[in-house]
Amino acid sequence: MSLEQSLEHDATGHLQVLTFDMQGETFAIEAVMVREIIDHMPETNVPTAPEMVSGLANFRGRVIPLADLHHEFGFAAAGKTLHSRVIVIEIVLDGEPTLVGLKADKVHEVTLLELASTENPPRVGMRWRPDFIRCIAKRAGDFIIVPDLERIFATSFETDRSIAQQFTQH
Amino acid sequence: MSITDPLDVFRAESQELLERIEEGLLDLERRPDDGEVIARVFRALHTLKGSGAMFGFDALASFTHHCESAFDRVRKREAAATPRLIEAVLAALDHMRALAQRPDATAEGGEILLTNLRQAMDDEGSTNTHPPSSKTWRIFFSLPTDCLINGTRPLALLDDLRNLGEAEIVAVTSKIPDLAQLTPTECHLAWDVLLASSEPKSAIEDVFLFVISDMVLEIEDVTDRGDTLSTAPPQSDSPAEPEKFETRTTMAAQTVRVPASRLDELLDQVGELMIAQSRLKQASAASADSNLRSVVEEIERLASVLRDSMMFVRMVPISQLFGRFRRLIHDLALETGKQIEFAAEGETTELDKTVIERLADPLIHLIRNAADHGLESAADRLAAGKAQTGRITLSARQVGAEVIITVGDDGRGIDRARVRAKAEELRMITPGAQLSDHDIYQLITKPGFSTAAKISNLSGRGVGMDVVKRTIEGLRGTLELSSTPGAGSLVDLRIPLTLAIIEGLLVRVGDGRYVIPLSCVEECIELSPELDMRSTGRCFVTLRDCLVPLLRLRELFAIENPPDPHQKIVVVSTGAERVGLAVDQILGHHQTVIKPLSRFHTNVEMFSGATILGDGSVALILDVMHLVAEGQKQEGQLRAAG
Repeated sequence: MSLEQSLEHDATGHLQVLTFDMQGETFAIEAVMVREIIDHMPETNVPTAPEMVSGLANFRGRVIPLADLHHEFGFAAAGKTLHSRVIVIEIVLDGEPTLVGLKADKVHEVTLLELASTENPPRVGMRWRPDFIRCIAKRAGDFIIVPDLERIFATSFETDRSIAQQFTQH
Repeated sequence: MSITDPLDVFRAESQELLERIEEGLLDLERRPDDGEVIARVFRALHTLKGSGAMFGFDALASFTHHCESAFDRVRKREAAATPRLIEAVLAALDHMRALAQRPDATAEGGEILLTNLRQAMDDEGSTNTHPPSSKTWRIFFSLPTDCLINGTRPLALLDDLRNLGEAEIVAVTSKIPDLAQLTPTECHLAWDVLLASSEPKSAIEDVFLFVISDMVLEIEDVTDRGDTLSTAPPQSDSPAEPEKFETRTTMAAQTVRVPASRLDELLDQVGELMIAQSRLKQASAASADSNLRSVVEEIERLASVLRDSMMFVRMVPISQLFGRFRRLIHDLALETGKQIEFAAEGETTELDKTVIERLADPLIHLIRNAADHGLESAADRLAAGKAQTGRITLSARQVGAEVIITVGDDGRGIDRARVRAKAEELRMITPGAQLSDHDIYQLITKPGFSTAAKISNLSGRGVGMDVVKRTIEGLRGTLELSSTPGAGSLVDLRIPLTLAIIEGLLVRVGDGRYVIPLSCVEECIELSPELDMRSTGRCFVTLRDCLVPLLRLRELFAIENPPDPHQKIVVVSTGAERVGLAVDQILGHHQTVIKPLSRFHTNVEMFSGATILGDGSVALILDVMHLVAEGQKQEGQLRAAG
């Protein structure tokens, strides 16, 4: 289920999310996507892979890609601290349900966001690509960013595709 | 767990039935009188009709009914399996296939097919419409009075008689004693039966096989006396029915239909077990507890047996695949107007299910190529002093952990001069370049290459051999062409038995560990300092007077920390081409369960998959095909420079 659908169809007017930090900014992803939160995962680097997904990890016997969104939001790459976690989510990519590990600097809590408080991202005055953000919620005087993960991940395929096209033209 | 959709079950079953029918029809083409094959086709048609109607595929059921009736007549020798009839039913099969997709499926052209079928039947049927002479038998029998106690069942005997044909049965009650003297467990009945049957007398006697010793049995041929018996023709289905049920029950006992996805799941779990087991082994190696270690050894043995049986379960005979090609050849012969004979060998050779599925398209392409480019027309063949009928052979055999599939034809062979001219025209090679036969054949598998003078329906669109090659390489297999001018060509495909588990060589590059498929490894040598010095600045090492392209994985992977002083070279090859891979350390042998890379990494070409090591970390599996191609590119550059 995509986030947009659930935003529209949630009968209670609430959205259950997991909040986490990247470089001091608070982000939220829909709680139903979350499979598990892992303290520490040995990461295997994939040479020549796109920067956003340059790592692999063993999640209960399955090899899953580790996604680092820091770069996409203009932050420095995720370092390893006492608080850093990997959030394992299940997301539909290119029609296939895929497990992805999301690197977070700190994981907060599962909470309810009131839909009334969510706003569409402003077109101007943003540091980030507006299409990467599904909406921004206000909570206790703070902003919570709900990223559009499908859109963000799709960008890494798009560059792939243009490369693939170049190859076929040869 | 999902509940199986009955429609899916039907679809799978109908697919199998259609394949069985097709196979039978093609057999009949060669042996039109084989009663067993005719019966097989009839039974399959009958089952298809029956289960079609049961699942609501009414269009399918009613359409199949016509084919079934046609074959019923063939089965009863009222008509012959003429080429025309076989052709008509083959054409009808495709229609049935379409109808079997959805209960409410409609497909056009059914009427034309049926008309064809009727004509085919009328042509041949009219000459032989009289059923084989059916005789009328008068059978009288009585059983000993104690027969019921001995377990004889008169009703079963009567049923057996009815199965032979139209039977009129009258019980003779004259010997029944008065009620006072009657013992209910005794049998005093006798039976008088009029049986219209085409079966011989011996068939009737067989019914009484087990009781004949102490009974009264009189069988008399009364055909000419015209005894009173209804003259309705024998019911068509009744003789076939019991036979059908028998085969079905025995089949059910021998095989279980399991969704392929469950096998995949199971394989995954076996893979997990292998990984957990190797961790356990590592952990126990440090322990002094001999008890623990013996248990660990036992588990290791069990796990590897389990893995082997799991692999075995996934194996299916390649005959599944070859069966389809007989139809293809049949169609190709019609399309090209050539006479083509098809021979398949080694159909019992087994391969992993997934591999078989992915082999279908490349093989179709190779066979089409053989029929279109390879084989000459009948006239050309006669002129060349060859038999008029061209021959396409398909063979499979297992050699070690590989299966070699060969597609061969006895056609004109590959015209090297023409390939060369074409390659020069396409600027794939420089005019006058020195090329071995092998190099020339390689050109055919390059993208965009086609020598076909005109584009036919079959092949020659310039896509083809390169796609075939890529698919085969995707299966970690290799493709090799060989050809003798005037005598034909051979394409050898070497395919690993399974995709899921491979033997690997574990190496270290920088901090990362990587797996090289062991089947590709030729040798490991040390990159001695002097060899290293000499190869600096150029990307080659000399190996027994041969130049081998050298890829420094550290450079490819952009690893910055200082290299180990004693670099090793792993020489890998894909058939004829070799390349040396410089690594920091060779760690040893590793049993590798291949895990696919996610969508994110499918375009990272250097790796074909990942695996989980004993300590739980992930290692990448090198794509040797790609690396060798990379090495060849270097070689090409060197040749161009020097």
